[in-house]
Amino acid sequence: MKDESRRGFIGKAFGAVAAVGGVASLIAMKKTWDPLPSVMTAGFTTVDVSALEANKLEIAVWRGKPIFILKYTEDMKPTDGRTVKVGDFHYSVMIGLCTHLGCIPAYRNDQKDFKCACHGGEFSADGVNKFGPPPRPLDLPPFKIDGNTLVLGEEGPEYKAMMAKAGGV
Amino acid sequence: MAEFKQADSLYEWFDQRLGIDKFVKVMMTEYWIPKNINFLWAMGVLLTVMFTLLVVSGIFLLMYYKPDVAAAFDSVNYTIMQEVGYGWLFRHIHAVGASVVFLIIYIHMFTGIYYGSYKKGREMIWISGMLLFVLFSAEGFSGYMLPWGQMSYWAAYVITEIFGGIPLVGGDLVVWIRGNFYVSDSTLTRFFMLHVLLIPLAIIGAIVVHFYALRFPHVNNEAGEFFDFDEEAEKYLAGDKKNSKVVPFWPVFLSKDFFVLGFFLLFFFYLVFFHYDFAMDPVNFDKADGLKTPAHIYPEWYFLWSYEVLRGFFFEIAGISGKSLGLIAFAIANAIFFVMPWLDRSPMVKPANQRPYFKYWFWFLIADLIVLTVYGKLPPTGANAWVGFASSMTFLVLFVALPFITKAEAKKVGGK
Repeated sequence: MKDESRRGFIGKAFGAVAAVGGVASLIAMKKTWDPLPSVMTAGFTTVDVSALEANKLEIAVWRGKPIFILKYTEDMKPTDGRTVKVGDFHYSVMIGLCTHLGCIPAYRNDQKDFKCACHGGEFSADGVNKFGPPPRPLDLPPFKIDGNTLVLGEEGPEYKAMMAKAGGV
Repeated sequence: MAEFKQADSLYEWFDQRLGIDKFVKVMMTEYWIPKNINFLWAMGVLLTVMFTLLVVSGIFLLMYYKPDVAAAFDSVNYTIMQEVGYGWLFRHIHAVGASVVFLIIYIHMFTGIYYGSYKKGREMIWISGMLLFVLFSAEGFSGYMLPWGQMSYWAAYVITEIFGGIPLVGGDLVVWIRGNFYVSDSTLTRFFMLHVLLIPLAIIGAIVVHFYALRFPHVNNEAGEFFDFDEEAEKYLAGDKKNSKVVPFWPVFLSKDFFVLGFFLLFFFYLVFFHYDFAMDPVNFDKADGLKTPAHIYPEWYFLWSYEVLRGFFFEIAGISGKSLGLIAFAIANAIFFVMPWLDRSPMVKPANQRPYFKYWFWFLIADLIVLTVYGKLPPTGANAWVGFASSMTFLVLFVALPFITKAEAKKVGGK
């Protein structure tokens, strides 16, 4: 009887040690698979938009995706819910992948629109699909405005307002 | 500890220390297999041989393959294919082998379903077998990523994206699996590890369990007959081989298996040497480009049926989005076979053609899987999308109906 309880205690003690060790190693293993710090910092792309030239498309890369940043000229009309005002200028900030099959549309600055070479889809300057197979406007990346810089990857109030306008998509 | 006497031969020396005689008896010469079987019972040995071929060809590929997004594509398509002596052979064995192993797995699996080899004591054989199917699927998927072509990349993208559909944690889970916000170098290196180490280890473990699970319920036979294996083995050992219902695994059963294996290997190496192209998608000879989606993405033939179930639901039903419905159906399709032993409520262990209702279910399922496979490869537009929806629904309905069909069958045959 005495032996039994002693063995039982040893068993329980070992179980407790093993459980702590097991949980600790699971945490370590989970963390090993986490994106590296360098990946996390690369998950945010900052662009100084004040220096951009109007009607000339700037393509930034954010999380492996092309991001279109287009500065509007005086005579281009901004679209509520699709364009954003930074300083005195309006900008389109969009994920540059055609919503049909993911090709990258090209900007035609004489016509002020986007044309996708793959299947002929066309988008206006604010990214709204106007011709061809694309089912919806170009997607918007999460962004935050910080003075004259655009931080891609963070959700700022302007982005949230645009999302709310688009129906919370 | 037994007392060791001087060994008279080298064999005896080893036998004293390792019990070779006993081991060979238990594993081979006195492991009993029913006599009443056909060539479909050779698939297990074929799979063991295929797995060995994949491991060996994989070892040779591993010596030159580089798991790095900058080097992977060229290490396969230039170094292995052009420079390494017979590198092309090992690659083609590996690629064709991956495809053919699924062909044999499906034959093996549907032989089991046809003959009812998953119930009445054989549940663990079935479950460990289904576990092997899932592990082989993971192995195939992770291996497909390694050449780092366009299909590798976008298959990896689409399949990891699936986890994003899981409520609450989905988005974070996708980033965690990939090790980045998109399929990238970290994704390639971790799937490389899974492909060459962790999953093969798990497969070897599962194979051991699968073989062990055969020991107590024993191999099924063509008639689904239950008999006393010990009694039949005694008859065999006493010399009454003719009336015994069993034969030893070695040399009797395996000699027939090797005959089937011979035919199979002729077919396999015919594919390797003359028709390897079916396992080498041309799209995958373009290097991976995260900024350029191929016009049409599809998996290898063996995943087409479940891929079609995934995209079969393309519209919203009762407020649940098509994407979520597809995910749910996909999850069910991959898990439902595990519970076959419990969905089949009929006690009959007979070939499907001798079962009054089950035979219709069986052939209906085969037909539906063929339709799913064919349409899984086609672009999901127009009428194709509706065929996909109908065949995906049929798949789900068949499994919902199985307990009722087999219950009715049990009633009809009266517990036989």
